[in-house]
Amino acid sequence: MKVFLLHKGRDFDWQGKLPPVEKALTQDLELNILLDAMARGDRFLLDVAKKVVLSSLKDPEEIRYRQQVLGDCLRQSAIVREIYEIAVEAIETEKKVWLGLFSQSPDAILHRSLDLLQLLIGVLKKLRHIADEHAARFESEGFAVFFAMLAKELDDEYFLEMAAHLRQLRFRDGILISAGLAKGLKGTHYLLHKVPKLTWLQRVSLVMDRSAYTFRIAERDETGARMLGELKDRGTNLVANALAQSTDHIKSFFTMLRSEVGFYLGCLNLHEQLAQKAEPTCFPLPGALGTLALSFHGLYDVSLALRVQQRVVGNDVAADHKSLVMITGANQGGKSTFLRSVGLAQLMMQCGMFVPANAFSSSVSEGIFTHFKREEDATMKSGKLDEELSRMNDIADNITANCVLLCNESFASTNEREGSEIARQIIRALLEASVKVFFVTHLFDLAQGFYVQQMDDTLFLRADRQPDGQRTFRLIEGEPLPTSYGEDVYKRIFGGVPAE
Amino acid sequence: MREAAQRMIGPFRGILFEGPDNSSDAGEREVPAFFSDLNLDQVIESITSGRDEYNLKPFFYAPLNSLQAISYRHEILQDLEGKALFEHVGSFARKMRAMREHLAQAAKLYYKYEKEAWFLDAAEIYCEAVCSLAHDLTRGDLESRGLLAFRQYLTDYAQSDLFTSLLAETKTLKNRLAEVRYCLEILGTRVRVSKYDSQLDYSVDVEATFEKFKQGAAKDYRVKFSTWVNMNHVEARIAELVAQLYPEVFLTLDSYCDRHRNYLDATVGAFDREVQFYVAYLEYLKRFKAVGLTVCYPEVCEESKEVFAKDAFDVALANKLVTEKSPIVCNDFHLKDPERIFVVTGPNQGGKTTFARTFGQLHYLASLGCPVPGSEARLFLFDQLFTHFEKEEDLKNLSGKLQDDLVRIHEILDQATANSIVIMNESLTSTTLRDALFLGRKVLEQLIRLNLLCVFVTFVDELASLSDTTVSMVSTVVPENPVLRTYKLVRKPADGLAYAAAVAEKYGLTYQLLKKRIRGRVGS
Repeated sequence: MKVFLLHKGRDFDWQGKLPPVEKALTQDLELNILLDAMARGDRFLLDVAKKVVLSSLKDPEEIRYRQQVLGDCLRQSAIVREIYEIAVEAIETEKKVWLGLFSQSPDAILHRSLDLLQLLIGVLKKLRHIADEHAARFESEGFAVFFAMLAKELDDEYFLEMAAHLRQLRFRDGILISAGLAKGLKGTHYLLHKVPKLTWLQRVSLVMDRSAYTFRIAERDETGARMLGELKDRGTNLVANALAQSTDHIKSFFTMLRSEVGFYLGCLNLHEQLAQKAEPTCFPLPGALGTLALSFHGLYDVSLALRVQQRVVGNDVAADHKSLVMITGANQGGKSTFLRSVGLAQLMMQCGMFVPANAFSSSVSEGIFTHFKREEDATMKSGKLDEELSRMNDIADNITANCVLLCNESFASTNEREGSEIARQIIRALLEASVKVFFVTHLFDLAQGFYVQQMDDTLFLRADRQPDGQRTFRLIEGEPLPTSYGEDVYKRIFGGVPAE
Repeated sequence: MREAAQRMIGPFRGILFEGPDNSSDAGEREVPAFFSDLNLDQVIESITSGRDEYNLKPFFYAPLNSLQAISYRHEILQDLEGKALFEHVGSFARKMRAMREHLAQAAKLYYKYEKEAWFLDAAEIYCEAVCSLAHDLTRGDLESRGLLAFRQYLTDYAQSDLFTSLLAETKTLKNRLAEVRYCLEILGTRVRVSKYDSQLDYSVDVEATFEKFKQGAAKDYRVKFSTWVNMNHVEARIAELVAQLYPEVFLTLDSYCDRHRNYLDATVGAFDREVQFYVAYLEYLKRFKAVGLTVCYPEVCEESKEVFAKDAFDVALANKLVTEKSPIVCNDFHLKDPERIFVVTGPNQGGKTTFARTFGQLHYLASLGCPVPGSEARLFLFDQLFTHFEKEEDLKNLSGKLQDDLVRIHEILDQATANSIVIMNESLTSTTLRDALFLGRKVLEQLIRLNLLCVFVTFVDELASLSDTTVSMVSTVVPENPVLRTYKLVRKPADGLAYAAAVAEKYGLTYQLLKKRIRGRVGS
């Protein structure tokens, strides 16, 4: 029994490695805010969300498979939440059946497994019931296959079969064991057998049967009773093992169900929170790898939207066929926010989620990398430029064609002339290796240098600033300007330039 | 001579402060704002590590404000640097710690007699600690006002009726308890407790009987019992019955515990905690001395701002390098009137930040009355210390980094006086070169007007020659190989060479190298 809601016809690889730059990516994109919104304080959902969001899909077809499943989830959220609750209930049955501290005997394992199974069968029935009732309302391929699987695998006959085993293994009619003979005529190869159902007449005739004898252990003979128990344990050892394994298998099915549905539940949680603020979302149009597609309308930083009360500003950009997007302009003008919004949307698209925008289309990438300005290294090992180069070195170790690199004020830790030169060389090398680069910078020398080349595949964006110095937090297309308006801020705080 | 010394000694007020009221507020102190910028948080963490029970950090958060207070500590530290005395104080501390552990155990226990026995042991250890220290101090040559006064206090205390009677009672009671023996007779579920009556050891008989079979080593069948510190209810019941067998001893124990509840002398207790300030600091310095670095007692000034230091180093960094067995580079600095401000420029990774931290650490440690890292130093007794170090961008703070920087710098400029120290490390870099130059100049001009001591680290070379009160310091590189840094800073004009490209090459991030790296991977 497989779930197959995250991939068509295969399991999600929960043991798969996260991208090598996962830590930097998480920190730079403020990804934890997004993941926390998906998890709503649930550690399990957090782990699931983190794994799935960071394991980007590379095939637009696979993305569409998830988008359709998620579409079903958004339309039938109550049912999806119910399925999730069922999976949780199944996994938590274990807590209800207590295993004594010293009772690692087959008898104890057997009885615990029986109790667990009894509960799990009840949960399976609930799941089957949901399939019966609601399967018709779901439209996606993923759910169609899932519900069909439940109907086939969990039919009525199967439930009867399980119930029969459970009854038998309670040994209400006694226990039947066979054994071979080993050295010293001791028992070996113990096997357990079903006790045949006998009619009243057969029972009477059995008593008269001369080929069988009966003995009793005295009521007070505690040692004898213990020995008998041991024999039973030998007999039930294999079946107890098999039964315990079966409960584990059922639980792992529910764990898989919980994990896969858990991702979609995280999406529902996020969607609810954004809907409450009336922030728009849409399903993105994923383009094939290497096609350099990117255009969006009303794209906002979802982490920021989750943090602040008011609506956040969205951006419109048409950057199809652009491999370098250079962003300059006013401090506090929304440049970092813009950069994060692009990175987050790309990540969200490539895990099959909706994106925070009115419309969004982008070609899939091989991987997303970030290089954001950081606080000085508290371990004192390296200076700032060294630290920046060291992180870029990690990126260079892993980046390949068709990846996206987001740089936020990289190489501002040295002077403008040299920072520009380092950045220029790196950008050139990356572009020639088919890496798409977004670069937020104050390095006028750098930005201006690319601007005068008038390359077709470069787009220049600028943080908007009105003549009175007010910021709109919106980015517009525009050439780099030689100052970042630090003077404005200075005047506001120091109350005018002091007299010389 | 001895009489003269005794006349000098005032009443003992505490080992950290000579005056009576200075110490009262030390308990509430908060971590100074500049601690993390100067890595002093790491320094204090290392110094106090393993000494949590003394709660020493507040003492390190409280700089002194008079030369008198500083010399009081210098003298004590110099005394404590004597090997024998240092050992004696260490031994005292170990005993006091053992005593506290016994008291803590007594408090945790449930049954009356076991609590009392643990308490008695605590008091015994305390008596021993006081007697030894009093004895050891009289043997040592003491010079400091603080320790001389304390020695007088402790001698008087050790000879007081209060203490001598505690000591005598403790000894007697311990001896009498050691003499008690009893027997248990268990039959089925019945246990009989009686006085011991010189019965012989039967196991000796048993061993003797089977001695002849012994054939060398044999398998060990002894069961290891769990050793619980506390009594179970059976043991407790037995103890009660033994107490009834020997009522006199146990009544004495009861009354002893009652009468000596508060045996610990408050002054001795305070000394035990406060002397750890010095012990911890000296202990911390040992690791530097071990690798050949020098520390010194600085000359601290209230008037002159002509500060200097030789062979100074960043202790937080040195501590790390010592552990890694890496070499440590020392630096010198000096200011001659009217110089006030070090403007530090030069290649990245050249030790600029380290220099800024070193300057701040030296002044702060000096203000605690402690030795400082360096072979010689004259330092200024500041009223306030401010730092502004480049910080990471934070999404929570939507007002923008440059604005935050300026708001914080504005606060600093508002609060600073001519007697303050300001350390700025690459402030105002989150903008264009033009802005950085404009803003840097504005801020530096105000710092110059304030006439305060300052270290100003920047990559804007133009700021290094703004006034005759600024001194340009430049981090240097090895001439033959620009990628190698010397971590030495020298007084010379800023030369605009940051060697950044050389570092880029070191990481394989030049155009040529990077292209080759990515192409190479596609091929493989």
